[in-house]
Amino acid sequence: MKEFDLDDLRGLMKGCAGVDEGVDIDGDILHVPFEQLGYDSLALLEIAHKIEDQMGVIIPDGSVEKMQTPVEIIVYVNSDVLKAS
Amino acid sequence: MSQRRVAITGIGLVVPGAVGREAAWEMLIAGRSATRATSFFDAAPFRSRMAAECDFDPAAAGLSPQEQRRMDRAAQFAVVCAREAVADSGLDLTATDPTRTGVSIGSAVGCTTSLEREYVVVSDAGRLDVVDPAYAVPNLYDFLVPSSLAVETAWATGAQGPVAMVSTGCTSGIDAVGQGSQLITSGRADVVIAGATDAPISPVTVACFDAIHATSPSNDDPEHASRPFDLNRDGFVLGEGAAVLVLEELGRARARGAHVYAEFAGYASRANATHMTGLRPDGREMAEAIRNSLRAAGLPAQRIDYINAHGSGTRQNDVHETAAFKDSLGQRAYEVPISSIKSMVGHSLGAIGSIEIAACALAIEWSTVPPTANLTTPDPQLDLDYVPVHARKADVAAALCVGSGFGGFQSSAVLTRLEP
Amino acid sequence: MSATALREDQAVITGVGVIAPTGFGLGPHWEATLAGRSAIRRITRFDPSVYSCQLAGEAAGFSVEEHLPTRLVTQTDRMTHMALVAADLAIADAGIDLSGLDEFEAAVITANSSGGFEFGQDELQRLWTRGPRSVSAYLSIAWFYAASTGQLSIRHGLRGPCGVVATDQAGGLDAVAAAGRVLADGVRAVITGGTDASLCSWGFVTQIPGGRLSRVADPDRAYLPFDEQASGYVPGEGGAILIVERADHAADRQAAGYGVILGHAATFDPPPWSGHGPRLADAIRLALRDAGLEPGEVDAVFADAAGIPEADEIEAAALREVFGAGQVPVCAPKAMTGRLYAGAGALDIATALLAIANDTLPPTGAAIRPRADHQIDLVTGAPRRAPVGTVLVVARGHGGFNSALLLRGM
Repeated sequence: MKEFDLDDLRGLMKGCAGVDEGVDIDGDILHVPFEQLGYDSLALLEIAHKIEDQMGVIIPDGSVEKMQTPVEIIVYVNSDVLKAS
Repeated sequence: MSQRRVAITGIGLVVPGAVGREAAWEMLIAGRSATRATSFFDAAPFRSRMAAECDFDPAAAGLSPQEQRRMDRAAQFAVVCAREAVADSGLDLTATDPTRTGVSIGSAVGCTTSLEREYVVVSDAGRLDVVDPAYAVPNLYDFLVPSSLAVETAWATGAQGPVAMVSTGCTSGIDAVGQGSQLITSGRADVVIAGATDAPISPVTVACFDAIHATSPSNDDPEHASRPFDLNRDGFVLGEGAAVLVLEELGRARARGAHVYAEFAGYASRANATHMTGLRPDGREMAEAIRNSLRAAGLPAQRIDYINAHGSGTRQNDVHETAAFKDSLGQRAYEVPISSIKSMVGHSLGAIGSIEIAACALAIEWSTVPPTANLTTPDPQLDLDYVPVHARKADVAAALCVGSGFGGFQSSAVLTRLEP
Repeated sequence: MSATALREDQAVITGVGVIAPTGFGLGPHWEATLAGRSAIRRITRFDPSVYSCQLAGEAAGFSVEEHLPTRLVTQTDRMTHMALVAADLAIADAGIDLSGLDEFEAAVITANSSGGFEFGQDELQRLWTRGPRSVSAYLSIAWFYAASTGQLSIRHGLRGPCGVVATDQAGGLDAVAAAGRVLADGVRAVITGGTDASLCSWGFVTQIPGGRLSRVADPDRAYLPFDEQASGYVPGEGGAILIVERADHAADRQAAGYGVILGHAATFDPPPWSGHGPRLADAIRLALRDAGLEPGEVDAVFADAAGIPEADEIEAAALREVFGAGQVPVCAPKAMTGRLYAGAGALDIATALLAIANDTLPPTGAAIRPRADHQIDLVTGAPRRAPVGTVLVVARGHGGFNSALLLRGM
């Protein structure tokens, strides 16, 4: 499975949930809380769906929505935890 | 003009598990849950595979072949309920001035079932980007616009006064009755056929709630999946149905010796302006709606004998709502029985608020409070009396009905027993 | 009429935002309307070659990315894009600081007819071609009829009594009237009006079988309300958002204001099989009574203008009955935009307010010739200079909704 990186995540964030006013999504956002970046619970659900599509995995309910920052998602997606769909 | 008041003189109901007012009430006080494995379509690919479905036979319910062909299921529910409500009220519509009769019908998703069914055909299951008009049925426009639900209700009851369709998401049911009552209090109508309907059990609706994890995924036990206020609650169960009430100016109702279930005494709505689906745990805008509805009814909190909660059974709602009751009612919140009938009939989106108002009127009429079914494990965070499992005899002189909806809507209605 | 003659809770319209086929913004829309520049064209949103009706009024001048962050754009349908941006225009126009109001003293009441239909079509397609997991997390908030009211309430922090009215094409008037009514309940300002956008192929196809869309191919000859050659209407998208304030609140902050809502009424036609006539004239008369006006005090009528011969005759007959044959000028600038569903009434109010401000009645279109037997004084061909103080706006919704609203300048 290809490694999922920040640029991949950034692309998904922009694509599924857009970007909020005044937010520099292309900067160093690895540890910036999603809330601060303007991504709410619906946005995270949408991002999780797209990760499933793109990476061919199934993300269990309640996992991605609880993540606070981009780095947590990247680590999770690249871990052994996820099963292939 | 002296202050005009509003009487509820007729009720019609179609709910999962029971068609008709008496059957519906019997089911509610028996604490019977009508949620089951989804049967209307193959739900295997979906996350939530349960629904609260109405066993509704349009022909048996009195709809003619043309009515059945022309009307979306939600319209069928509304018309059947309107006819039952009018018959129940004893109002002779031929002797009533139709220009002073209004309609106020709520619905969250309009004719979504028909729209999806027809979309699948004209798009050939989504294969066509530009859909094919050759397969379009003649009355498609009536599915495009939810206002057709109000049209059918007006046609069924002969109303020619102000007719409106209210669509405020999951508070449509309370708002339609509230705004209908305002037609009477403001003098624009003397009779209003008010209520709400939704028939959303269709793949697109199930998918949209799946996508946000709002519905329960406890598919192994459909009968107990809707468990508002329970520690193990995990979302709502999608339902369908309708309730229609006959609202009459009180003086006229009394003059004709009408049976009055209750007075529709107060209504208010507010918005949380926070998030389209999220609720803050403090419930302050619902509290504000409750306070204003009590003020409109001229009632202090201590006089409330029953609360019909929104009680959708999502983790966040039940916390939000409990806080709203405490904020607005103070000590009374700890004393009054509170129940959610969504535990039995599921969440029919825009319709449920009217069904719940009808349940409040019946609670006043029959001095009985319906239970919250499936509430077997209390949540320590939710420390009010939610009437678990069993209905309870209670003298209900005043009932509060609240609702919360996507878009941030918060609505509250107060019903009171009419003193002779 | 001076401000001191108004009731303290009377509804004053202090701001207008327009997104219409005729233009982005009230000024461009008015200018195009006066010039008789129709915006009806062959639809560009999709290829309509196999459709018997191929024309629409598209709001081509509106590009949402220029006005809203993509965060909002992705989670809403075009109808809400238009509502949000038109509201920004209206708020700026009104010069009102909503954050200076108590949160519960401001509200949003919009009209809507078809929901987020294009968003819905895309999601339906995804669902039926790729399965449930491909459906967007935003469908639940983008498609339903309350989406625009909800998003406006959140964007501006407005927590008062919010609402959504769906009475088809009568909705725009009904929503604005409802906004006027909540001012009696302690609400000081309301964002109101309506927008609709259903010019996707699925939205089109819902309308073709009903036989009310014109099948004429020539954009200048397709939607001809009251004309001998009336053959149906053309759909459009867009609408207007208005800021309605309590007169005392507007006066306190010295808002200029465009005009006042004097009265409104709504009626419903008897069923088609009843053998009884429609109730449009009654709605007009009830609105006049609500406003305390005689017919002779109305300077112009903005008509519903269905463009369907039977419906045009009903409207002409109602106007004759209330005002007398040819006794009041009639305008139908929607002939240049198409019918905008929930946006129509609000846009007509916006245009009517400028007609009042400029003592100028807009033309109905370049080439419309009213049938002689309608006996209406239709303003057509060129704008007409005339004293315009009080205007009646009329709107009808499919199935029998009639709505009439009276406006007067400040």
